[in-house]
Amino acid sequence: MKKTIKNTVSSLLLSVGILGTSTLLATPTVDEIVNRTNFVAYYQGQDGKAKVKMTITDEQGRERTRQFVILRSDEPETDSLDNNAYKGDQKMYVYFSRPADVNKMVFMVWKHPGGNDDRWLYLPALDLVKRIASSDKRTSFVGSDFYYEDVSGRNLEDDKHELISTDDNYYVIKNTPVNPELVEFSYYTMYIHKETFLPIQTEYYDKNGSLYRTNKTLKVDTIAGFPTVTKSSMENLKTNSKTLMEYSKVSYNLEIPKEIYTERFLRKAPRKLLR
Amino acid sequence: MMRKSALLSFLITTQLLPVTYAAPPALPSGISADKPSLPSGLTASPALPSGLDFSHSADSTFENSDDSNEPLSINGFWEARAGFRTQSDSHERGTSIGESRLQLEFQKEFELFTANLTTDLLYDTVDQQRHINLEQGKGWFDLREANIEFSPTDFMDVKLGRQILTWGTGDLLFINDMFSKDWNSFFNGRDEEYLKAPSDAIKTSFFSPMANVDLIINPHFDADRYIDGRRISFFNPMLGEISGQNSIIKTDQPHGSEVSLRIYQTVGTYELALYGYDGYWKSPAGFDVSNGLSTFPKLRVYGASARGPMAKGIANLEIGYYDSRDDSQGEDPFVANSEFRILAGYEQELVKNLTLGVQYYLEWLMDYDEYRDSLSSASRPRDEYRHLLTTRLTWLTYNQNLQWSLFAYYSPSDGDAYLRPKMHYKIDDQWSAEVGGNIFLGERTHTFFGQFRHNNNLFTAVRYGF
Repeated sequence: MKKTIKNTVSSLLLSVGILGTSTLLATPTVDEIVNRTNFVAYYQGQDGKAKVKMTITDEQGRERTRQFVILRSDEPETDSLDNNAYKGDQKMYVYFSRPADVNKMVFMVWKHPGGNDDRWLYLPALDLVKRIASSDKRTSFVGSDFYYEDVSGRNLEDDKHELISTDDNYYVIKNTPVNPELVEFSYYTMYIHKETFLPIQTEYYDKNGSLYRTNKTLKVDTIAGFPTVTKSSMENLKTNSKTLMEYSKVSYNLEIPKEIYTERFLRKAPRKLLR
Repeated sequence: MMRKSALLSFLITTQLLPVTYAAPPALPSGISADKPSLPSGLTASPALPSGLDFSHSADSTFENSDDSNEPLSINGFWEARAGFRTQSDSHERGTSIGESRLQLEFQKEFELFTANLTTDLLYDTVDQQRHINLEQGKGWFDLREANIEFSPTDFMDVKLGRQILTWGTGDLLFINDMFSKDWNSFFNGRDEEYLKAPSDAIKTSFFSPMANVDLIINPHFDADRYIDGRRISFFNPMLGEISGQNSIIKTDQPHGSEVSLRIYQTVGTYELALYGYDGYWKSPAGFDVSNGLSTFPKLRVYGASARGPMAKGIANLEIGYYDSRDDSQGEDPFVANSEFRILAGYEQELVKNLTLGVQYYLEWLMDYDEYRDSLSSASRPRDEYRHLLTTRLTWLTYNQNLQWSLFAYYSPSDGDAYLRPKMHYKIDDQWSAEVGGNIFLGERTHTFFGQFRHNNNLFTAVRYGF
């Protein structure tokens, strides 16, 4: 309660100040927006965990599901944007439980933005640790409408970013690929929530300029102080396929040991951590 | 909470909006009606999702409870699999495979350890031997896993009991992976996981920043589920011709133990490993003329491997020296000679969802002159060098639900080949179906793949996973 009053007082003072000097309300630069957005979307906290359920619905209405737990740890040791906390290396551990044919399978990534990621797959029935060739990052992630890049983040330097409009809720950013021949889109626009910097809607336009793919944030929860997308969808307008991604048991700053992202824990899943 | 109050107080103090509109309400899904549409190419702004609507209490209703106890997990599958030989084989049945299998996988986590049990119940119409032999995987019941896992210290893991073990860098080629294989399952069209036969072993792993060590002891020698003529006909060097059920080989299994060692470390992004093995040839590689039994001569293997990114893909290199200790001079015609083996591989995604893997593999027979001198004139000798090339093509279509794959072995020196085409379709989250084949090509009857020429088969399977 005390805190709330304090916040109110300080924001009161702040807003009075804003009235006085409107420069404080100045729109952040486009780089500030996209950096902050990338941080909020992929780098909040030193590490994080979520249970994810994906529901893929094809054009005939058939549903397939994927369930997995994802662990993520950042290399940058602070959440400071000055310390590259929005684009540093990351490690990810994805432990599948459903469907049955991927149960206990593990997918591990050492993400190097701007370079090729290192990827491993553990196949439990064979006790096989397989190194996977780094693939086109715009390939479907586990058969869903999300691409690898949607799940793990697209390198900021791969696009030119322009702030094309703002309204009450959003900064609208147009992102144009630096190397258009590497991607299937000509540009994409992001609606970034002004207050939280969460991307609320992302629209991909094909080479003819038609909208063909839409990512929507459907639900946001504030967890440990971090605004967090807990429900989102990706719809492919060309294939009429849609994937719903629902997060549960999200937590941050668990102090996940870095050893988790090694062969030891591919072969022996850290079950307590994955609960 | 802070943001909410900041927003509220901002709106109140500036009086930009009447207080009743203080917080922006959630807009209905779709397009906001009261906003002008944006220029072409842009749709109107999206509605705010729930959670960013701060008009009600911002306290999260998010479900973040933690269930403390994992129950016993039971997973598995049921499948039916049928296949036939595409040519007649005078020594084997026309039905290459015909079985129904229920695999049940139990896992229970206790305070100090995890218990794993994986059992297969099999109704096999081809091999109608009903009594159970867990060593050879015969009968109506097979135990694939029965072990406990625990960590006595934070730098040590132990896995004790029946388990599936794999290491090394080859793709369907093995140099330093001396763990049991089931070649009958592999050639008959069972799922690839059945190439790996279980081992009854104590696996102890030590982890340190310097290097990691795996030490695996099989107290009793675990042979491959080797080709014995029961399901697959092959070239029998004792008969000098292809034989099958007419002459099922009988073996004299050693009573000793096996020790496997791996020391490994990841340097940067390159995985490096050293290997050692002390045991026996895993499939019969000797013959005891005194009793007519095939034998598993003593073997030591020393090897190394490296794997890491190269160009746009993954490259791997593995070497191994097979020291056939019962015939170190190479003069005994009834015991396999020592060998040097090397493997180099590369895998890359060619285009989206299409991956190509290629490997070169060499078996270099040591003491070749002695080997040739020791053979009788009627024997058909191996070459000194057996070169082998493999390719794996994997193509994912229909949202990765339909997988086309082809694994091909080709030996320019033996003049033979082995093709493994397969099409696998995930019908839904539970059901899948596949068709595939095992095709052996070769001019000569005694080469590695050429000897299986009468075992060409096609198979189909349906599986329900749970």
